[in-house]
Amino acid sequence: MYLFTSHSRGLWLFSFVKLRGEELGMKKIIELRGISKAYDGETVLDHIHLDIYDNEFLTLLGPSGCGKTTTLRMIGGFEQPDEGDVMFLGERINDLPPHKRNVNTVFQKYALFPHLNVFDNVAFPLKERKVPKDEIEQKVTEMLKLVKLSGFEKRNVTRLSGGQQQRVAIARALVNHPQVLLLDEPLGALDLKLRKDMQQELKNIQKATGITFVFVTHDQEEALSMSDTIVVMSEGRIQQIGTPTDIYNEPQNAFVADFIGESNIVDGVMREDYKVTFSGHTFQCVDKGFAKNEPVDVVVRPEDVDIVPLEKGMLRGLVTSVTFMGVHYEIIIDIGGFKWMIQTTDFVAEGEQVGLFIEPDAIHIMKKSEYSGMFGDYSSFSMELDELSDAESEDAE
Amino acid sequence: MKRRGDLAARWSLAPYSVWALLFILVPLVFVAYYAFTDTDMHFTFDNIRKFFTATSTVTGDNGETLQVRTYMVIFWRSVKLAVISTVVCLLMGYPIAYIIARATPKVQKTVITLIMIPMWMNFLIRTYAWMTILQDTGILNNFLASLHLGRMHIIGTESAVVIGMVYDYLPYMILPIYSIMAKLDLKLLEAAHDLGCNGISTLRRVVFPLSLPGVVSGVTMVLIPSISTFYISQKLGNGKFFLIGDAIEGQYVANNLHFAAAIAFILMVILLIAMALMKRYTDKSVAGGV
Repeated sequence: MYLFTSHSRGLWLFSFVKLRGEELGMKKIIELRGISKAYDGETVLDHIHLDIYDNEFLTLLGPSGCGKTTTLRMIGGFEQPDEGDVMFLGERINDLPPHKRNVNTVFQKYALFPHLNVFDNVAFPLKERKVPKDEIEQKVTEMLKLVKLSGFEKRNVTRLSGGQQQRVAIARALVNHPQVLLLDEPLGALDLKLRKDMQQELKNIQKATGITFVFVTHDQEEALSMSDTIVVMSEGRIQQIGTPTDIYNEPQNAFVADFIGESNIVDGVMREDYKVTFSGHTFQCVDKGFAKNEPVDVVVRPEDVDIVPLEKGMLRGLVTSVTFMGVHYEIIIDIGGFKWMIQTTDFVAEGEQVGLFIEPDAIHIMKKSEYSGMFGDYSSFSMELDELSDAESEDAE
Repeated sequence: MKRRGDLAARWSLAPYSVWALLFILVPLVFVAYYAFTDTDMHFTFDNIRKFFTATSTVTGDNGETLQVRTYMVIFWRSVKLAVISTVVCLLMGYPIAYIIARATPKVQKTVITLIMIPMWMNFLIRTYAWMTILQDTGILNNFLASLHLGRMHIIGTESAVVIGMVYDYLPYMILPIYSIMAKLDLKLLEAAHDLGCNGISTLRRVVFPLSLPGVVSGVTMVLIPSISTFYISQKLGNGKFFLIGDAIEGQYVANNLHFAAAIAFILMVILLIAMALMKRYTDKSVAGGV
């Protein structure tokens, strides 16, 4: 994707999806073609188109209720689409029940069989296929080694820690060597430290086995650090598909820009190619292809704004709050009534007037969308509020 | 402070302890005491011996007379009918419990209430109701006749006794299994499907092993009262299938309190041993996997 630098931004939205895998000669494993689903008249998925390629780590990312879990369950066979087709290696599998799909799932709360010990949980799918006993023994041992649970064979699964149960669930889902492994917020119940370790380990397991992982999460950091491809979803629609760097650097609309990382999103007008006006100043930028004087959304990441002496600034603002975050300060600056968030290692005092400088490639232009004006203003910003809303979204779904 | 709290807690249990002592332990001691004494309250094994050795003469099918051990015949007959009833209850109750547990909460509540309503009626009345249903000129036969399907002779057969017992004890099988099934994590069923199980093997490998505690308590709650049941066989079996419960009742009514206590005592010991064995076996199978 680095082939597509910022110059062609905005134009390749649709061509991009095709280029992602086929350009690299990768095999398409799963295709979702125009999937729609509604429960009691409420649309959960709205014409989803998604291709999933062999050997990729793909993450479905979005807030609760965005349809990511439903999408996963559709691939697993637990939900049937109202409209559209689920294709597996070119074959329509809409009506194929879960037990006939070459896809396995790691469930959110693991769903280990409490009446079976660790060995028998992992051996469960093999016994169903009537695999010979010595082969079962060998495969289970191998899997437990992969998830670092050797020696735990006879343990009661209900007495394992969350992290260990998680590993058993992964081993059990992988022992059949499915072509695709589905993971439904598998790290949601783990504490932060364990979560970080498991992220790395999942990534390693994916590389070691070469199995396609489809991972569901609402945690954008997790998605950015683990994925080859991120699919950002909201309100039953795919907002953007791309690599983590694409999603972060080239968000498609205000929703994506806001959901991934911190963003200042302001109204702007595209004067001509490479020239945009916002906050009363016309900036050089690296985007083109918009109509003359087209209204646009402008994204500037908090870490891309430099604080400079007042006279050198392109914009001027009043510092309204300063928070020390350890590595940097998080500063809220009022620029003509719009509150910007800026992350800087330089200290400025509250109440100070400062100048701001923005490099052309720090400015990202997006077409106006239904999400315009909904995000990217820090006027009501409060850390506590942010945390509160995070905690809520973890419990939902 | 803490000690006083403990003391208060202990005293608050006192009424229950007294109740348990008076109404559970004391009667049991009396049963044992009567079982091992004669009418003069002297210690004796006679009552116990009588249970195992008493004989009576019966007329066989081909007219010859046989000497049989009276209470052994009654005991094994009770076991047989109780086991049949329990198996029928299990075969009927298990699927019913499963279906109820899968229904919507509102349906679950309604059906469970419907199942419990007959339990609020006196069982003598329920047994009489079955008499009127099963008689040769009863409701069932009149219905069959009206459909020109002919009549069935049921009343006075072992089948009639089993029907009566199944009807009486089925709720005791359904309720414990249902309560386990209702708590079953549906994700486990999805996991089983995901890992290659079709409906039947999910039932066999996941649902059944996990519902085993419910099955064990259901079987216990049906088997024990149906072994010691009385009256049902007198009414629905036309008195031809004297059961151990009837024997106890008969001895008691005839004022042979000591022998009645001995029969009750022996039955209790046998059931305790049976339950202990059953518990041991099922614990092992639950822990060891299926």
